[in-house]
Amino acid sequence: MKSVSPLKLGLARAVGRLSRSSGRGGGTSLPGKVLLRMQADAIAALAADLRDGAVVISATNGKTTTASLLSSILERGELHPVHNHAGANMAGGIATALLDASHDGRVDGDIGLFEVDEAWTQTIVDEIQPRVIVLANLFRDQLDRYGELETLADGWQRMIAGLPATTSVVLNADDPLLAGIAGGRANTVFFGIEDDRYAEPVPRHAADSKFCRRCGSALVYSAVQLGHLGKYACPNCDFARPQPSIAARSISMNGMRGSSIEIVTPTGSFRTEVPIPGLYNVYNAVAAAAAAHALEISPGAISAGLASAKAVFGRVETIEIKGHNVALLLIKNPTGANEVLRTITAGDGQFDLWLALNDNIADGRDVSWIWDADFEMLTDQVRFVTCSGTRAEEMALRLAYAGIERERIRVDRDIENSFDTSVGGSIRGGSPLYALPTYTALLELRGAISRRGDAPTYWEQAKK
Amino acid sequence: MSDKRAASAETTLRVCALYPSRMNIYADRGNLMVLQQRCARHGFGFQLTAVDDGDSIDPDAHDLYYIGGGQDNDQIQIADDMRKTKRDSLATAAESGKVILAVCGGYQLLGEYYELDDRRIDGLGIVDLRTVREPGPRLIGNVTIEVSVDGRTRTLAGFENHGGRTYLDGDCQPLGRVVSGFGNNGKDGFEGVRRKNVFGTYLHGPLLPKNVWFADHLLKLALNFADDLPPLDDRLEDLAHQSALRASQKSHGLKSRLAKRVGAS
Ligand SMILES: [Zn+2]
Repeated sequence: MKSVSPLKLGLARAVGRLSRSSGRGGGTSLPGKVLLRMQADAIAALAADLRDGAVVISATNGKTTTASLLSSILERGELHPVHNHAGANMAGGIATALLDASHDGRVDGDIGLFEVDEAWTQTIVDEIQPRVIVLANLFRDQLDRYGELETLADGWQRMIAGLPATTSVVLNADDPLLAGIAGGRANTVFFGIEDDRYAEPVPRHAADSKFCRRCGSALVYSAVQLGHLGKYACPNCDFARPQPSIAARSISMNGMRGSSIEIVTPTGSFRTEVPIPGLYNVYNAVAAAAAAHALEISPGAISAGLASAKAVFGRVETIEIKGHNVALLLIKNPTGANEVLRTITAGDGQFDLWLALNDNIADGRDVSWIWDADFEMLTDQVRFVTCSGTRAEEMALRLAYAGIERERIRVDRDIENSFDTSVGGSIRGGSPLYALPTYTALLELRGAISRRGDAPTYWEQAKK
Repeated sequence: MSDKRAASAETTLRVCALYPSRMNIYADRGNLMVLQQRCARHGFGFQLTAVDDGDSIDPDAHDLYYIGGGQDNDQIQIADDMRKTKRDSLATAAESGKVILAVCGGYQLLGEYYELDDRRIDGLGIVDLRTVREPGPRLIGNVTIEVSVDGRTRTLAGFENHGGRTYLDGDCQPLGRVVSGFGNNGKDGFEGVRRKNVFGTYLHGPLLPKNVWFADHLLKLALNFADDLPPLDDRLEDLAHQSALRASQKSHGLKSRLAKRVGAS
C-alpha cells in the first residue's frame, strides 16, 4: 500500500506554518503543492486511509456551498469529513486538506469531501477514485481559463465512461449539458427542481446550451429555473430531461433568510429549511441531498444537516459594520450574478450597492461577462451605487447602459476606501447596502474588515 | 453607394445581427447595446433584425451587419448555413460598402476557411484571409491595437481569446497594429482585417463599450455621413476605455519585465 513518509508530511506542514505566519495568505494550497512536489501520488496515498471513501463535487457555480451543505449533513450522519473547506480546489488545495487532517501517519477522518475545479476533475478523480461524484452544472465562466462549455462537458463524459461501476454519479437532470453525459449508465442519480413557481418562461440572455447536444436543435423549455437549467426537451430527437429521483418540491422563498423546501427521495420525502437565499441555493441543497442519498445517509440526517448549515464565507453573508448590516454576495459569472441580482431585487424597496470587479487570475482576466449579466434588473431599485476594483470604470459603464442614471454611479478603484464610503452613505441615507464583489475583491474586502476586527479571517472561520 | 449625406431626424440605423442566440459567446450583446444606445443619444432611430438558420438576407435592407463568436460546435453548423443561405447577400452588401463588423469566431468565418482540430471549415470567403492551427497555446489576454482612421491614429482596447492563427492574403489590410497582446497570429504584429467597410477583429471584451469612438465611426460609415458625428458626454466611456488600456499595458509590462529578467539570467 502507498504511504507518505512522516518526514515529507512534516516538511510540507512547516511550509504551511511559515506561509500562515507570514500573513501572506491562508496557506490553503501551498503545503499541498510542496508535498506533491516531493511525492506525486501523495493525494492517492493519503486518501487511501479514508475508511468511507470520498465524494468529489464539481460545478461552475455552487460547489463550495454544496460541499459545505454536504459537510453539515455528513456530521449529522456521524461521518467526520476531511474537507477542503477554504475553497482551494485544485490538486494543491486537496493535498493540503489531507495533509492538515493527517496525524501520526494516519488521516484523521472518515470520508473525503472535496470540491474540485472543473478543469481538475479528471486528475483528482484518477487519484482519489471517489465513491460519489457530483456534477452539478456548467455555466459560462472565465472562458480565458477553462475554454468552452462543450469541451468541459465532453471531458466529463469521457471521465464518466472510465469510472468503475461502483462509483455513483450524481447529475443535475435540469442541466441539458450534463443530463446526457452518463449515457444509460447504471448507478447514476439525477436531481432537479420539480416546482415551477419561481421559474421563468424562457431562458435569460446569459443562458448557454440552449441547443441539443445530440442533434443541435434548439431545446424547447416548459420551465426555466435559472440560466439554462429547467425542464427541456429536444423537438427533433428523443433527448429530454431525465426524471430526477431526488427533487425539490413546494418551494417557498423567504427573502434573504433562505427558503423552505420539500425534498423527495426514493426512501421518503421531507420538508427542510435551506438557510441561504436564492433558487440557486435550492439547487445546491438538492445536490447535497442527492450526494448524501448516494452515500446511504438517512433522510432525517439530510434534513437536519441542511437546516443547520451555515452560509459559506462570502457566498452569502451578512456582516455588521458600525451597527449596520451589510449583505455580502459573491458574483463571478453571468448566471451566478443574475441569480444574486434576482435575490436582492426580490423585494420592492430601494437599496445602495457596492460592486467590485477585479480581473485577477482567480476572477478571470476577461471581464466581458458583465455584458451578459442582466444588471437591468437593478434599474428601479438602486439609490446609489459605488463601483470598485481593478476594472471599476467598466462596471460603471455597464450599469449606465443598464439604465441606472449616471449621477447615481460613483467610481473608486480602492476597495477599502470605496466600501467605507458606501457604508457611510447607506447609514446616512437609511438604505440597505448590498456588497457584490468578485472573488479576489471579496478576499481583499474581507482582509480589510478583519484587520479592523469586524469579522474573522476566512481560514480561521473555515477551520472553525 | 449614393452620395454622402448629413444626419437628420429621419435617420435610422438598420442593424442585422447574425445568429444572435448562438454567436454571442463573448458578450456580443454589449456591442449591439452600444450601437442602440448611441443611436438614441445621437437622435437616430434604431432597428434590429435577427437572422438565424435558414433565413435569407436582403442586402439592401440593412446598414450594418454584426457577426459575433460562438462555441466550436455552433460555429461548424453556422458556417454551413451561412454559406448556403447568406453568403451571396453578404458579399453583395460588402461590395456595395455596407458595414460588416465581425468579432472573434465571426471574424474567422469571413475568410476562406478556418481549421478546427483536424477539420477545415469553409468560411464565407468575402475577405482574403485564412485561419490555421499552429503548435502553441491559445492566444489569450488583454490587447491594444493602433488603428489609422481618416489620417488619425486611434487605439482600440479589448480582450482576445483564440486558438486559430489568422493570416491575411492578397490586398487585404489589417485593421491595426498590435501595441500589446497577440493579434492575428502572435507573429506579424497585425490585428484584424479591413476591406472596404468590412471589419474583422479578435477584440471582444466587448469591443464597442470599451471603444465608443469606433462605434461612432461605424455609425458614420453605415449611415453614409459626410462628417464625423458630434461628440457626446462620454466621460464614463472614456474612463472605461482608459481602464481597458491600463489592463492591457499592465499585462504587457509584466511580460516584458519577465522577458528582461529571463534574458539577464
Ligand atoms: Zn436533439
